[in-house]
Amino acid sequence: MASNSTDPDQFRAELRDWLEHNCPAEMRDGSSTDENMCWGGKNWVFQSDAQQIWLQRMAAKGLTVPTWPKAYGGAALDRTCEKIFHQEMGRINARPPLLSFGIWMLGPALLHFGTEEQKLHYLPPIARGEVRWCQGYSEPGAGSDLASVQTKCEDMGNHWLVNGQKVWTSYADKADWIFALVRTDRDAKKHLGISFVLIDMNSPGVTTRPIKLISGVSPFCETFFDDVTFPKEQVVGSINRGWDVAKYLLTHEREMISAGGQGLGGGRALGAVLADQSGGLTDATLRAAALKSEVDALAIGLTLERYKDQAEGGEGVGDASAMLKYVGTELNKQRHELLMSASGSDALEWDGEQGADPADWLRTKANSIEGGTSEVMLSIISRRVLRLGA
Amino acid sequence: MANLTKTEEETMLADAARGFLDNAAPVSHLRKQRDAGQTYDAALWKEMAAMGWTGILVPESAGGSDMGHAAAGVLATEMGKTLVSSPFLSSAVIAATALRQVTGERCAAALAAIASGDLTYALAIDEGNKFTPDATAMLAQRVGNGFRLNGTKIFVVDGGLADRILVLARTEDGMTLFDLPTEREGIYSNAQSMIDSRDAARIAFENVEATGDDVVGTVDDAMRVLKPALEAGQAALAAEMTGLAAGAFGMTVNYLKERKQFGVTIGNFQALQHRAAHLWCEIEVTASAVTNAGRLLDEDPDNATLAVSLAKARATDTAKLAVIEGVQMHGGIGMTDAYDMGFYMKRARVSAEWLGDYGYHAEQVARLRGF
Repeated sequence: MASNSTDPDQFRAELRDWLEHNCPAEMRDGSSTDENMCWGGKNWVFQSDAQQIWLQRMAAKGLTVPTWPKAYGGAALDRTCEKIFHQEMGRINARPPLLSFGIWMLGPALLHFGTEEQKLHYLPPIARGEVRWCQGYSEPGAGSDLASVQTKCEDMGNHWLVNGQKVWTSYADKADWIFALVRTDRDAKKHLGISFVLIDMNSPGVTTRPIKLISGVSPFCETFFDDVTFPKEQVVGSINRGWDVAKYLLTHEREMISAGGQGLGGGRALGAVLADQSGGLTDATLRAAALKSEVDALAIGLTLERYKDQAEGGEGVGDASAMLKYVGTELNKQRHELLMSASGSDALEWDGEQGADPADWLRTKANSIEGGTSEVMLSIISRRVLRLGA
Repeated sequence: MANLTKTEEETMLADAARGFLDNAAPVSHLRKQRDAGQTYDAALWKEMAAMGWTGILVPESAGGSDMGHAAAGVLATEMGKTLVSSPFLSSAVIAATALRQVTGERCAAALAAIASGDLTYALAIDEGNKFTPDATAMLAQRVGNGFRLNGTKIFVVDGGLADRILVLARTEDGMTLFDLPTEREGIYSNAQSMIDSRDAARIAFENVEATGDDVVGTVDDAMRVLKPALEAGQAALAAEMTGLAAGAFGMTVNYLKERKQFGVTIGNFQALQHRAAHLWCEIEVTASAVTNAGRLLDEDPDNATLAVSLAKARATDTAKLAVIEGVQMHGGIGMTDAYDMGFYMKRARVSAEWLGDYGYHAEQVARLRGF
């Protein structure tokens, strides 16, 4: 199964047959709620045998990372076969076997900037869901101005020594490794003194502290490095040129966040969801807003597909990721406002029995902040695409 | 799902069209035409015909190039960028699509005349101030073997100068589409003075005699031929409007790079940068919907309604934003007739209403998405 030379119809038929025989019934509920997802990692406790079997079978086929080369744990699918793969997964309502920042963020950066040794060492465990990664980008003084990171990383001859603090490190308390931006040259211009490094979270001196958010949960953490040492070879790309890696990774992160919203492409129409929640979409004002949102959602979904069609060999969509992130997250925030409004007072209780989940609504407010704010996205577009401001 | 990137052929077609139109029909051409009190340039139309544009949806057997709806959209987009005034949509897209639904010599001859550019068509459908084909009241009463038409059509785009009109009328058990020469006795056409300086007419039908030969398709079953024609027109109009938005946007971004205030070019101001960037995003998103509509009309025309309405709704919204922002970011000069932005604004408004406004098409989306 699954190679670039495969005839698409044949690929579809074989994949369909394989999924039919290998996707456990429990994994066909189309669930995408956080508590049902598998994030993998050394400390992962599978919620069911089915979840474990599903991950193992998909990983063995390279289908947790369908477009990656086979040598790194992928299935080397071309764009046509990748589309078919997603269609067939959708057809049986299959849950994704694995969610992973390693797959969405670090993987593409390693594929682009990593040495062959690094790729062979780090990518296959990501594909198999054995190692869970988190992202160490933001700092208390480096938010939108990410390139002003101050976490200090010193060359100690035969190893690196790192001291500093990261914030918004999603799931750092559950991660095995962290990819981080650190300052390796304090005298250079700020963009030219940053390196992109890989650190084992079990290293002595690494501590994490969850941050409680307005939604009541704590997916984000603060992460502290106190005299943490790590081997010299754990740098991706050139020393002091980590900003190039960081920017490249951000385009993938933004693409991921833009696609994370509801209703893009084949999902259920917002109107149908709203009608369920409010016992019929009778409020004319709400209906008009939902209609516009639906029109925009469909067009944005098509735009995401168009840019993926244009991107060659999984290289990502480049600067256009800023556009996709901006329109996708603003849409998602607005859709959750509509869902809350349609639910009325039903959605005002934590863990209420009916209506929208207020925690989901609150979570979406981070969409237009994380991975670069909407305003930063607009600035990137105006500078890099429109060439405004000399 | 269709691939939404432009094919090599489409890129070549767009480049060729741009090259030709920048010379033959920049916005200044529309301005000259307006100042001369004209709405149409017969010489330009002949050149378009010579390049095969008028036959882009006409079968090769009738002398067309039959390149399909996505290609028609590519041309329409380029025309939109410089507000090219021609009956391309009415004749080469809408009428050609309607007529090719029907087999037989009569329609083949009409299609050949469209492809050669010898004849132009207009579609007479609106009777009220909003596009609502189902509310057609104009009567085509059975008289012997033929029909007698009475009623008035308004906002007949390209109707003032057209040689023939497709007219929708109510018959005994439904609606019927007629194909009539504009010189038929009892047809009275009055040019409307349109804000976009283009051709539109109010056409009265007083006891106009029609025969069975004048019927396109089947009596009482107009929608079989008209639905694909309307969808083709809506998709091409959405493409034109996306070109219009891109044209207005291009002018605006250039202005932001030239105009100096407070000692710097105004493109240095973040307030304007973000508005321009937002508009660029909107145009990109709409362009995807427009390409998708063209692809679906070519690949699965029976199931293209959602894609077409999505494209027209988005294009209406985006063109409106582009011209409002265009005038605002130009400041005072944007309000002057001497500057071209006003032409974009007025064409955007006419295009917004033609063949269904935002609300009409959003409702189509709602219906098909289970609202």
